[in-house]
Amino acid sequence: MKLKALLLTAAATSIAATASADITVVSWGGAYTKSQVEAYHKPYAAKTGTKIISEDYNGGLAEIKSQVEAGNVTWDIVDVEMSDAVAGCDQGLLERIDPSILPAGADGTAAADDFIPGTILDCAVANIVWSTVFAYDSTKMANAPKTIADFFDTSGFPGKRGLRKSAKANLEMALAADGVATADIYDVLETPEGVDRAFAKLDTIKGDVVWWEAGAQPPQLLADGEVAMTTAYNGRIFNAVASEDKPFEIVWDAQILDFDLWVIPKGAKNKDAAMDFLAFSTATEQLAAQASWISYGPARKSSAPLVGNYATKPDLAMGPQMPTSADNMATAIVNDFEFWADNGDELNERFNAWLAK
Amino acid sequence: MLTATNTDEGFVVFDRVQKSYDGNALVVKDLNLDIAKGEFLTMLGPSGSGKTTCLMMLAGFETATHGDIRLGGQPINNIPPHKRGIGMVFQNYALFPHMTVGENLAFPLEVRKMGKSERDEKVKRALDMVQMGEFAGRRPAQLSGGQQQRIALSRALVFEPQLVLMDEPLGALDKQLRERMQYEIKHLHERLGVTVVYVTHDQSEALTMSDRVAVFEDGRIQQLSSPDDLYERPENSFVAQFIGENNKLSGMVTGIKSGVAEVTLDNGSKVSALAVNCEQGSRSTLSIRPERVTLGGPKNKNTTEAEVLELIYLGDHIRCRMNVHGNEEFVVKVANSAGHTHLKAGEKTKVSWLAEDCRALDA
Amino acid sequence: MTDTSAPIVTADGTPLKKKLDQAMFRSRRNAFLLVAPLLAFIIASFIIPIVVLLTQGVYDSSFRKQMPTVATFVADWDGQGEPSEEMMQAALTDIVVGLTIDRSIPTKAAVRINREVSGATSMIKKLIRATGKWKIEYEGKEQRLSDVFRNMEDEDDSGVTLLDESERRAIGVTLAKAVIAQEAPVKAKMIKADKKWADIKYWQAMKVASKAASPAYLAAALDYNYSHDGEFQQRDEDRRIHVKLFWRTLEISLIVTLACLFLGYPIAYLLSTLSVRSSNLLLILVLLPFWTSLLVRTTAWIAMLQAQGVMNDLFVVFGLAADDDRFSLIYNKTGTLIAMTHILLPFMILPLYSVMKTIPPSYVRAAKSMGATNWTAFWRVYFPQSVAGIGAGALLVFILAIGYYITPALVGGQDGQMISNMIDFHMRKSLNWNLAAALGMVLLVFVLFLFWIYDRVVGIDNMKLG
Repeated sequence: MKLKALLLTAAATSIAATASADITVVSWGGAYTKSQVEAYHKPYAAKTGTKIISEDYNGGLAEIKSQVEAGNVTWDIVDVEMSDAVAGCDQGLLERIDPSILPAGADGTAAADDFIPGTILDCAVANIVWSTVFAYDSTKMANAPKTIADFFDTSGFPGKRGLRKSAKANLEMALAADGVATADIYDVLETPEGVDRAFAKLDTIKGDVVWWEAGAQPPQLLADGEVAMTTAYNGRIFNAVASEDKPFEIVWDAQILDFDLWVIPKGAKNKDAAMDFLAFSTATEQLAAQASWISYGPARKSSAPLVGNYATKPDLAMGPQMPTSADNMATAIVNDFEFWADNGDELNERFNAWLAK
Repeated sequence: MLTATNTDEGFVVFDRVQKSYDGNALVVKDLNLDIAKGEFLTMLGPSGSGKTTCLMMLAGFETATHGDIRLGGQPINNIPPHKRGIGMVFQNYALFPHMTVGENLAFPLEVRKMGKSERDEKVKRALDMVQMGEFAGRRPAQLSGGQQQRIALSRALVFEPQLVLMDEPLGALDKQLRERMQYEIKHLHERLGVTVVYVTHDQSEALTMSDRVAVFEDGRIQQLSSPDDLYERPENSFVAQFIGENNKLSGMVTGIKSGVAEVTLDNGSKVSALAVNCEQGSRSTLSIRPERVTLGGPKNKNTTEAEVLELIYLGDHIRCRMNVHGNEEFVVKVANSAGHTHLKAGEKTKVSWLAEDCRALDA
Repeated sequence: MTDTSAPIVTADGTPLKKKLDQAMFRSRRNAFLLVAPLLAFIIASFIIPIVVLLTQGVYDSSFRKQMPTVATFVADWDGQGEPSEEMMQAALTDIVVGLTIDRSIPTKAAVRINREVSGATSMIKKLIRATGKWKIEYEGKEQRLSDVFRNMEDEDDSGVTLLDESERRAIGVTLAKAVIAQEAPVKAKMIKADKKWADIKYWQAMKVASKAASPAYLAAALDYNYSHDGEFQQRDEDRRIHVKLFWRTLEISLIVTLACLFLGYPIAYLLSTLSVRSSNLLLILVLLPFWTSLLVRTTAWIAMLQAQGVMNDLFVVFGLAADDDRFSLIYNKTGTLIAMTHILLPFMILPLYSVMKTIPPSYVRAAKSMGATNWTAFWRVYFPQSVAGIGAGALLVFILAIGYYITPALVGGQDGQMISNMIDFHMRKSLNWNLAAALGMVLLVFVLFLFWIYDRVVGIDNMKLG
């Protein structure tokens, strides 16, 4: 009895100790970081008194790798893409996360069942579902594109196209446009013929492509009239429409679903506080709250019923804007991170060579 | 080449030339100057007096704002510098550092499309003329200042121009070398018969070398005359002060009789002076050369009291600074000859000068 | 007659030469002491990191440490035939030992193999997953292997693992022996986990990866494959990229240097002839770009040059381009050339200006007074003296241009990319720092070679940087 009391006090003081530490949370900036600040950082700071330092980065594992290898880790928790979460864990750059710290869903479902399958990894826990979609400016397209095939049809739908400068997503969309069923995409892409087929499809629009790298670029390219259609992260387009009243339309056909996950770099200075923040921010309410700030879907199923309307436009329901809504999911492709872990090096190399040709 | 069309006129003529850089002030004001063929004319003046501007207008690197410059009777205002055929020696020699001495000298001949053998011949002759024959293969940087000066001179002469302009060519040399070069240039001029326009701010250089000197001040020629006239018969107080050493006394002209002016000095005493550039009833500056003042000597009209303030021993003579008519900067040169008067500081003595050695000039 | 061959001595009788050496030594030592702090700083913060990083391009011993048994085995293996049971056991041993020490060790090795041949990552991960389910007797009770591995990382309250690395290694070796004793033969089981284990090419890749000092990355940097039997083969046409990018880097850098020279020379000349007041004002305008960030300037060029940008709008207004067929001035090589020329122009103007400022106007005047036309005076007299500035400016611009990557990344589109963009890609995106180091090494050798040529042709001592 006495021992238990002692342990509890110890636990309480250790919580107090972690609560006082500042944590550095790193994410992608812009509207996305804002949604996290509103839904995670502010409530967490209010609850624990922890000061949260928010930093922006452009994705990738380079900074984490540098910090870990230099033995001077200044980032405590980082929002990364699925493929980086997997690669980072493989390369020993990330702390392993004990899934038992994740609270059960608001409806009582255990965390392991509440999260979308495959989104609790050894070193990462998902917070959102996002997708790569394509979008166009409705005031400039006489004829509205409906399918991914239209995106690759520059004679039927003239104008420049914006694409992300990487192999990922482009090869999948190219195959989908070439008539491969969404369920078979990665099987086809695993074969050399499939890769050739994807590049051949990309060849048909290569001369009309403007390549983008940062997520903020596609809405800008559309707004400037530089491109007629562009692939983009769905949240960025939503934001341009909802808060800047841009006349953009999203086409959900062959959207590529992906996840963003929290990871903690190996040797993070405030590892315990970061773990605590991770558990807090991926709880049902926080994920649901984030979805009212940006149109990325919560990674917990229990959050879906709680998703309300857009925070700054109370008459705009967020449900249909989510990549995970039933209508949008019909032809969705779920990014196969294992495929990319295996083939990323080779396909990116080929993609770069193809670009330079 | 240019040929003379008007024989009455000088070889180089400045006709009412004016020059302004900024449209507000004139650096050269109404300049008229005739330079005869074969003459050595020096433009002398303090910096900013307009002399270099005149030279640059003649060379073609500046254009006259108003007026004509004629060379051999032809107006050259619209002829670009490279067609004027005027040799020029610059203050810092302007020897091309990336060419050898020989190449430097060959340059003017080369641009005239002269054949190689003729070129080599002329370069050799020009170098021999300045005793630099064996330096043809050197770079300018390997030569001393005096050697560079000789090369610059021979380069300006190698293409046999009729007119050579020299812009303070000896300014960078030490005193001894400068004096030696003055003679060399003078002799070269005498031997070649070329017309030289020479710019300097060093009056002894001007007096040594020139046939005539034009003294510039404030954009005008203050006096144009031979060196001896310039020293002995300055026409205004600027020239008197600028050329050589000079004692100044100022006062009011109370009367002029047969070329001799009665001047009442500011301390009330009266002196008589040669009336050169003064009017009765107006103020005048009297100019007396230190060597024309005698100590003691026969009493005349201009004998006066003087107090010795300072003595400076200079070998051949002693400079004696004294107070004369209230001017404490009055200098008298006492020749260091056998049996000369030995003065002491503080001593009172008498000095005198002849009326014709004392020139009454403008105030 | 004095004997000239006798050594000259100083007043105290020591030979003059020796005395002079002593005096020189003192001044040399003082000179060295003056630069010593900077030298130490440069060595510590510049030379050592660069050498360490570049070493990664030719030396990578990580695989040997991660899979030592396999590395030893494949070293003597001829690379032919079916993978044997022995090989399979070696791989399984390394994976079990690796997982016991640190669960990321086998996946790190997988990333390395995957660089040689795609699919290795999943091959090893599937095996890890399959073996994790195997049960083994450990610490007196039967438990799943995956739980055994997890428990290895148990920590005490202060965050220190209970077992240190050598203890875990020892456990791992015992564990591996037990697993093999229990599961042998393992070949079929491993192939069942992933059929790629039967594919000889993965073993050949492990042979390549097991060499610590190896030209594999350098070969890749030059679009060659370094095979397990030590041969170099040029890559397939559709995977060759680096050589092309090296040439393009050279081409873009040369064009930018020439463009900077043509644009900068007249400006520098103007600057050097103006009065101090006006030239200072103009110099500020020249330097103005330095005061704004590189990103801002590059983005400004995007606004200027894009299809709906200022330049194209003007072209349309003046009828030089049709509204629906505007010029592609950006997101291609043209964009890279324009933006880089603008950004690097000051680096050309400044050395040119500092040299031209020291050329007195009297040289050109002298040439003209001797009868040279404006052109002759410029070409024969002025230009040769400005060569020092041209050399310095061109070298500066060229070397800066060769390493540029932000501007090409933003405005280069697909055909305006340079080799630095590829280095950046491998540093930041693919995390293949070894290949990035190899590319950097090739680039460095290339620049040094150009430097050597420059020294041969122009002479490095003829350069004036200002």
